Amino acid sequence: MHSRLYKPTLIWLQGVTCNGNTHSFLNLPYLPQLLERFEVLYHPLLPCTQSLAEIARCKRGCNVLVFEGAFDPEMERAGTTLKQLVGHYAGEAGHIIAAGSCASFGGIFKASAPERNSGLAFSGEHPDGPLRGRVGKVINLSGCPVHPEWLGYALMSIADGRPVAVDDLGRPTALYRHMAHDGCLRNEYFEWKVDVEQFGRKEGCLFYEHGCRGPLTHASCNRTLWNGVSSKMRVGTPCFGCTEPDFPRRNLFETKTNMSIPEEVPVGVSKRAYLTMTGIAKSFKIKRLEERLIDDD
Amino acid sequence: MSKAERKENIISTALKLFAEKGFYVTTIPDIAAKVGMSVGNFYNYFSSKDILAKELILYISEYLGKHIREINEGEGSAKDKIRAIVTFYFTMATERPEMIEYFLRIYLSNREVFGESCEGMVCVSPFITEMMIFFDDGVAGGELRDQDFFSAFGLFMGYLGGMVFLFGEKILPEPLSHYEASIAENIYRALKTV
Repeated sequence: MHSRLYKPTLIWLQGVTCNGNTHSFLNLPYLPQLLERFEVLYHPLLPCTQSLAEIARCKRGCNVLVFEGAFDPEMERAGTTLKQLVGHYAGEAGHIIAAGSCASFGGIFKASAPERNSGLAFSGEHPDGPLRGRVGKVINLSGCPVHPEWLGYALMSIADGRPVAVDDLGRPTALYRHMAHDGCLRNEYFEWKVDVEQFGRKEGCLFYEHGCRGPLTHASCNRTLWNGVSSKMRVGTPCFGCTEPDFPRRNLFETKTNMSIPEEVPVGVSKRAYLTMTGIAKSFKIKRLEERLIDDD
Repeated sequence: MSKAERKENIISTALKLFAEKGFYVTTIPDIAAKVGMSVGNFYNYFSSKDILAKELILYISEYLGKHIREINEGEGSAKDKIRAIVTFYFTMATERPEMIEYFLRIYLSNREVFGESCEGMVCVSPFITEMMIFFDDGVAGGELRDQDFFSAFGLFMGYLGGMVFLFGEKILPEPLSHYEASIAENIYRALKTV
């Protein structure tokens, strides 16, 4: 554990981005306490000790580099290319965090310009980013945007000197080992194959016909709720699978089927076993699950 | 004879008797006598006729499922697999007609016997699951047209069941094997992409 007196220096750089991850980070309930643990040299919105122009001169390094947005080698910040900036600061930093799906895997900007944009270490699921030689060292906090609590977890771990174990795609296992399906309040509807009637309803599962990626997506959105209160599925919207390297997919509100059979089934389950289970489950009509939870609307 | 073999013997004997005489006319003493065991001993294997009835449909479903799974996991196009499924089904209907007879005449016409324990797909899921895998693979591979599962399933199995029924009624002028190629072709044309 580090002494509380030790303050790692932190630089937050932006690539091709919508600022979504920065805005998400601003919603972290304990942001002031977290920032106390770092010496923020540069962040585009938060108080910091240096300007972008100073950072762009690449005169000194930092302990922690947070990168937001897709990497485009030719894009410039204050006259310096991202290639130079990332090359310099990633080389110096002891810890590198890719904040959000664009920085992790390329995300929506890679989808629109795959020849230019990538994540820091990965491009999609392939280690083809500029920091591909540092796979395992780059902590990928995928998500569109990254959950503020996940970023808080990673930064606090670094401040405390605790190692952050990551999976093959560089995502912290403590946050991404479970599926978004875990903790979903609709799990009983999933088990008995009762689909939702319309978006926004509290009853029914969104997996069978509405494109929900919860059982296929590594994320803890239903364990650590957004703003402490909710998640997509809780308000009746399917999970879009935004933490996976293949995000964004097309037709987010549709479940791809072949002759009414889902093309993809929950992670870790064989299609044969899944079809057997669901075929049997669907044989049962459970009146309780067919009814509205509240009848007065 | 091991206990498993004796159980298999009861199953195949019961299937034949049910198919020949009907479910209600056939009694447990009839089955026990034909197998060559006492009625008391029979109850060590199946505790009631209804339970035996359910075990039989599971047995047939697993038999069908096992063979179609081998076809699904084998090499070949969806067209080849349709032909293989048709051949397997007609061979079974020819060599072990009691299996299909039981399914068509007992299971489908005496649902009160099977009750809630065989509701929906519960007793036939090994077979239906393999047909789902077949259709899913065929569509994913671009060879079969994407359509409603039951429309495709009803076309495929209804056709085969109808032919076996005609065969059982001795209406068909030729043995079932004579029709394999043309039936497989018809099914393929109905299911393939345009």
